[in-house]
Amino acid sequence: MTVLKDLFANIQSFVANVGAVALFFARILSQIPASLSRPRLIVKQIHNAGGLSLIIIMTSALVVGMAMGLQLYDVLERFGSAESLGTGAGLALLKELGPVLTALLFSGRAGTSLTSEIGLMKVTDQLAAMEMMAVDSVRYVIVPRFLGGVIAMPMLTAIFIMISLFGVQLVGVQQLGVDQGTFWSQLRGSVDLDNVREAVVKGFVFGVACTLIAVHEGFRCAPTPEGVGRATTRAVVNSAVLVLILDYMLTAVFF
Amino acid sequence: MTDVATDKQLAANPLTENLVELRDVHYSVNGHVIFAGLTLSIQRGRITAIMGPSGTGKTTMLRLITGQIRPDSGTVWVDGRDVNSLSRVELYAMRRRMGMLFQNGALLTDMDVFENVAFPLREHSKLPESLIRHIVLAKLQSVGLRGAAELMPSELSGGMARRVALARAIATDPDMLIYDEPFAGLDPISMGVILRLIRQMNDALGLTSLVVSHDVDEIAQLADISFILAGGKVVASGETKALKNSDVELVRQFMNGLADGPVPFHYPAPDYREHLLADER
Repeated sequence: MTVLKDLFANIQSFVANVGAVALFFARILSQIPASLSRPRLIVKQIHNAGGLSLIIIMTSALVVGMAMGLQLYDVLERFGSAESLGTGAGLALLKELGPVLTALLFSGRAGTSLTSEIGLMKVTDQLAAMEMMAVDSVRYVIVPRFLGGVIAMPMLTAIFIMISLFGVQLVGVQQLGVDQGTFWSQLRGSVDLDNVREAVVKGFVFGVACTLIAVHEGFRCAPTPEGVGRATTRAVVNSAVLVLILDYMLTAVFF
Repeated sequence: MTDVATDKQLAANPLTENLVELRDVHYSVNGHVIFAGLTLSIQRGRITAIMGPSGTGKTTMLRLITGQIRPDSGTVWVDGRDVNSLSRVELYAMRRRMGMLFQNGALLTDMDVFENVAFPLREHSKLPESLIRHIVLAKLQSVGLRGAAELMPSELSGGMARRVALARAIATDPDMLIYDEPFAGLDPISMGVILRLIRQMNDALGLTSLVVSHDVDEIAQLADISFILAGGKVVASGETKALKNSDVELVRQFMNGLADGPVPFHYPAPDYREHLLADER
């Protein structure tokens, strides 16, 4: 009985949480038009979410690309088709690895930063002070950060894919001797606009998901140091799980 | 809200010499009763203090008055209008006529002192930059911090942060100022400065001031009238100095800082001897 009771309580809590996120999302969407009148705030948040994540995204992309070059070359060579390295790397990065890894890195770098920043604003009564000054804290604090994350994510995804391809090329062409012309022509021949569209759509959807979870967790966290810590952990875990679930769903749609 | 509706509200609340009225307010959180029939009124133009032991709901009362939370039952009237019936837009209009000083100042940490004070002006007016600059410098001058205009909040002491927050609270010339624990954690000099500023602001600007605090000596110097909350209700009210000689034991304990009394020194526990002799858990 206790197990059933706990299960029911967990389901109830999950549904309530999904409902709360949906309502919060609706509130954000309703405040976007008003928030657009302050483009400077949004640009600042694009810099915070995107610009400050660039180093980690670019470094990770290069290393992932180089590792991928080694692995793919090893597999392809067994079938005597090492020249297809460009095709394999391009498709894998555009359709899957680029958007997913960027989203996971984004939630670890920018998402945690958003959650803890908003949480600390709550702990120090800054959000309450705004409300007392008759300033909608969602419009002033949350919406610019949400838009900043959503705009930055597809750009970060594109950068990740480009740098990763460079990493694959570095290992495959410069180190393992795959022909440069073959590598690039295979890549251009096999990657079409649909693959690019898939990467952009995934980047955008993951951007919405990761940023929404990050700002929601910060906004609803308990106003204590422990509350901010827990909210930050929840934001990373929930973002990662949601990104992987959404990835499967979007892959099925584009299949 | 139409004029007719406003008139009806005013008729329903004839005590308009009181800026704030709480009537039979009940409020609970997760089954824990905070207020059980709280009734009190705050007169215009005076400094009213709300005191009481920790956890009696003083800050919760401020949140009720400012419409951040709604009571389970009872009514909260501010300037003749029932706060519970106000829409979000009307609530914001009401808050524009209030200034609130939070315990830690609650300055926006990504802006310097000048921008913090200018923030409500920029949000609620289309004043030219030159006029905003004049207003902000005047407000900072009144709290003695014009020279700190370019400092960031992290560079301010606790007392300075509260003075900046006070300048921000009066930036839009409100009718009422609310202070949440304005003396907590301040050194004697800063405390004296804040004390003097609250009095000055109230008298010079013709404000109504509401101070939540448990610093009895400071409140005795400052407040015209005090309410003491306990058990979800007002247990005593009147001139602060007179409350020290109250007949109510709890009020005497609180006002004179006695360690034991109706609020016991010991947290409820089993018999000490039995506790010591009991097997280790």
